[in-house]
Amino acid sequence: MSPQSHADTVSNANSTPDVEQPWAELGLKPDEYQRIRDILGRRPTSCELAMYSVMWSEHCSYKSSKVHLKRFGEIPQETPAGKMLAGIGENAGVIDIGEGYAVTFKVESHNHPSYVEPYQGAATGVGGIVRDIIAMGARPVAVMDPLRFGPLDAPDTKRVLPGIVSGVGGYGNSLGLPNIGGEVVFDPTYLGNPLVNALCIGVMRHEDLHLANATGVGNQMILYGAKTGGDGIGGVSVLASETFAEGGPTKRPAVQVGDPFMEKLLIECTLELFAANVVEGIQDLGGGGLSCATSELASAGDGGMRVSLDKVPLRDASLSPEEILMSESQERMMACVTPENVEAFLKICAKWDVQADVIGEVTDTGRLEIDWHGERVVDVLPETVAHEGPVYHRPYARPDWQDALQADGAEKLPRASSGAELRDTLLRLVASPNLCDKSWVTDQYDRYVLGNSVLSQPEDSGMIRVDETSGLGVAVSTDCNGRFAKLDPYTGAKLALAESYRNVATTGARPAAVTDCLNFGSPEDAGVMWQFTEAIRGLVDGCIELGIPVTGGNVSFYNQTGETPILPTPVIGVLGVIDDVTRRTPIGFTAEMEGHQLYLLGETEEELSGSEWANVIHGHLGGRPPAVDLEAEKQLADILINASRDGLIDAAHDVSDGGVAQTLVESALRGGVGARVWAPDGLDPFLFLFAESAGRAVVAVPRTEEVRFTDMCTARRFPHAKIGVITGDTLDVQDQFEIPLTELRTAWTATLPSVLN
Amino acid sequence: MKIGVVTFPGSLDDADARRAAAVAGAEAVALWHGDADLHGVDAVVLPGGFSYGDYLRAGAISRFAPVMETIIKKAGEGLPVLGICNGFQVLCESHLLPGALIKNHHRKFICKDQPLRIENNRTAWTSDYDANHEITIVLKNQDGSYVADEATLDRLEGEGRVVARYLDENPNGSYRDIAGITNERGNVVGLMPHPEHCVETLTGPTTDGLGFFTSVLKAVVAS
Repeated sequence: MSPQSHADTVSNANSTPDVEQPWAELGLKPDEYQRIRDILGRRPTSCELAMYSVMWSEHCSYKSSKVHLKRFGEIPQETPAGKMLAGIGENAGVIDIGEGYAVTFKVESHNHPSYVEPYQGAATGVGGIVRDIIAMGARPVAVMDPLRFGPLDAPDTKRVLPGIVSGVGGYGNSLGLPNIGGEVVFDPTYLGNPLVNALCIGVMRHEDLHLANATGVGNQMILYGAKTGGDGIGGVSVLASETFAEGGPTKRPAVQVGDPFMEKLLIECTLELFAANVVEGIQDLGGGGLSCATSELASAGDGGMRVSLDKVPLRDASLSPEEILMSESQERMMACVTPENVEAFLKICAKWDVQADVIGEVTDTGRLEIDWHGERVVDVLPETVAHEGPVYHRPYARPDWQDALQADGAEKLPRASSGAELRDTLLRLVASPNLCDKSWVTDQYDRYVLGNSVLSQPEDSGMIRVDETSGLGVAVSTDCNGRFAKLDPYTGAKLALAESYRNVATTGARPAAVTDCLNFGSPEDAGVMWQFTEAIRGLVDGCIELGIPVTGGNVSFYNQTGETPILPTPVIGVLGVIDDVTRRTPIGFTAEMEGHQLYLLGETEEELSGSEWANVIHGHLGGRPPAVDLEAEKQLADILINASRDGLIDAAHDVSDGGVAQTLVESALRGGVGARVWAPDGLDPFLFLFAESAGRAVVAVPRTEEVRFTDMCTARRFPHAKIGVITGDTLDVQDQFEIPLTELRTAWTATLPSVLN
Repeated sequence: MKIGVVTFPGSLDDADARRAAAVAGAEAVALWHGDADLHGVDAVVLPGGFSYGDYLRAGAISRFAPVMETIIKKAGEGLPVLGICNGFQVLCESHLLPGALIKNHHRKFICKDQPLRIENNRTAWTSDYDANHEITIVLKNQDGSYVADEATLDRLEGEGRVVARYLDENPNGSYRDIAGITNERGNVVGLMPHPEHCVETLTGPTTDGLGFFTSVLKAVVAS
């Protein structure tokens, strides 16, 4: 019996209203199923049910977050670099960076798949975000991956971490995209909930911008790229929207399998299609597969769409129409093409050995109609699938433990005081999982390919040269301290934004736009929902104060094990623009900088709660996070950018996790030259070294520029204190202790290899 | 003076090789795997990447591309050919160079700044280096471990055909620390590390790789 004889057609649905349907297994709630019936005026066909269930899942519909994400619209949609050319709602946000160039960037999560199948989950996370970027018409130029894991020594971390890192590298390296930044963070709450966030940056000329829509009656819909298979069926609704139940059936088949070689062909092929001007609208097939692409393209267009599902090329001929609609097979794109351009389109695909098939066309019905071997299996208004999913106003409430947590500050904990104790504390901190050298991870990523990587990890931000002649470039950093966000999600989100903003400015680039990946626990938990709303509020307020818009991003809920959610983790990516990348400021103290003066910019307060010191030395999390002053962050950024432009500083490194001690260690080890330092007047050496007050950076100033530099700080009334000089092969904290760089390097580099090799 | 750079499906460092050729003062010409015509180039670079997704074996499918037929024939007539990383793999698969490249002994992709010693500065691609010149260039690969039987290795050593050797730690398990080799005539060179990523200090760790490209310009002029 052939599969088509089983098709549940629209007429069949009309005549059999009482058939039991597996809506619950597909992740729909009873009221959601009823709503589908109300919209259609009948029961859905099984294909329609598949589409609605995928598109109304948390991952695709943002049903729990939508009402809160709207607030991003309150931020003025102008960037300090230039206009926003596309914003939230498109595949990725696009900003004008001048000289006729536009940049698009976005971060997304692939958390749940990466827990189930670390290599493929992480690999397809990279693949998905890269397709979002090419769908805008841009050439992808770099990727970054903020990663979070359970404790380094936990057995499951040894399972997921190598697989995830290998998957990120295996896919991104094979695409020829430099991986220039990201994070590697460990915390017990990520055990069982690893976070794999993937960011991609793309560059295009203004005229190459393409949006995702299907317009023009008679235009042809072409599916191109990989054939459709059975992988990732229901990945979105099954995986992304629920936590993993103990003892449940294995969900492995719902994770997609990636083929980076096909994606590389897809990139080159798509860019050639754009260059040949044979594409009207385009969308990648990611979460939600064909269900998402057809309904979103059709609802963004001006008519309807008819698709013959039996024309979709299959890897597995036994797939049912429902499975074809839900399949999340990777490396596929869908384009809207005028009839006269179809031949040219197919010819370019053939050049790249990319399969391409006309599977449908734009109609004037306003409806999305899908046929299977001549029988109608879907007949819906596309916007009801794509955009009119349920919207939840989830209850939220400040958890009752929040007050007690905030009352339990780390400032009262015992501190090192003697030189020997301070030395010991510093060595323990630099060797701790969150502060140690991450090259075990980053050496598995190609940071050089494409030849435009001006800065890459462990620099404060990754920097890419956009134009070889003018030196125009962009810098991107991603940051989040989840412990700060747990202590106070509003301030924590602002601190994440501030840190990312500062990291971009430290390299000499002017921050221009924000993307975010909001990783949280279950939205059905009122406490988690409160964390989420607070983080959004912090982010919106912060962006307004800093004058930079959110251009896009992603929400990942249900990151929790049982009743224990992850630390609220709003990962913030900030993109900045630099007129001339040759003026970039690196972090390292190099031999040429011997004798340069070290200045600490910003105020150091007695702020230890949520710090790495409290975490590593005391295993403590409590109190209030450091205060955030975004006006001061703006002033600091101005100083760093101007000093870079005017040649007043040769190195700069932001102060964040681990405090000034960690900043100095990283700069010294990066460039291979040490420093002699001292605490500025009135500051306790312990706080000088380990407090994590925001709004600070350490800069290396040539003696010849010292007066100009300090005059600039004084004129701006910005706190600055000389704290030392670059010299020698030790870190010498005067009157306290001295550590040879060789000893520091051994402590700093040994941690990951000792556990992971 | 034209240096051709072949693009196979899955080539990744092709644009970088073209940039390096241009920085060295050559005209860079993009060559397509499906086109057997070399368009009058004076030398050819087979760039790094994962041509054909490394399916079957790295370089195994590219070796059969139409452009390779011409390159194999012309290499026999003295055309300078440099295979970098995946290009080295293609040269071995094409039997223009002996031996093979297998997965790194630690099984991981590795990207690092790698010190090398140039042990043969008489090839078309290395004449601008001093004898035993120590350089640092980018190494990045998954299948970078050079292997050959003992007799072949002894012959390569005996004939001075080891072009470059890894210094410090052997990064991938290559036999006898071999990073690059040449054919008997010295016009075909295979190199696992990436000189094309070391032609400007802004984006590379050094400019030590430029010598490969300036060398071939002189070799072509001299011939």
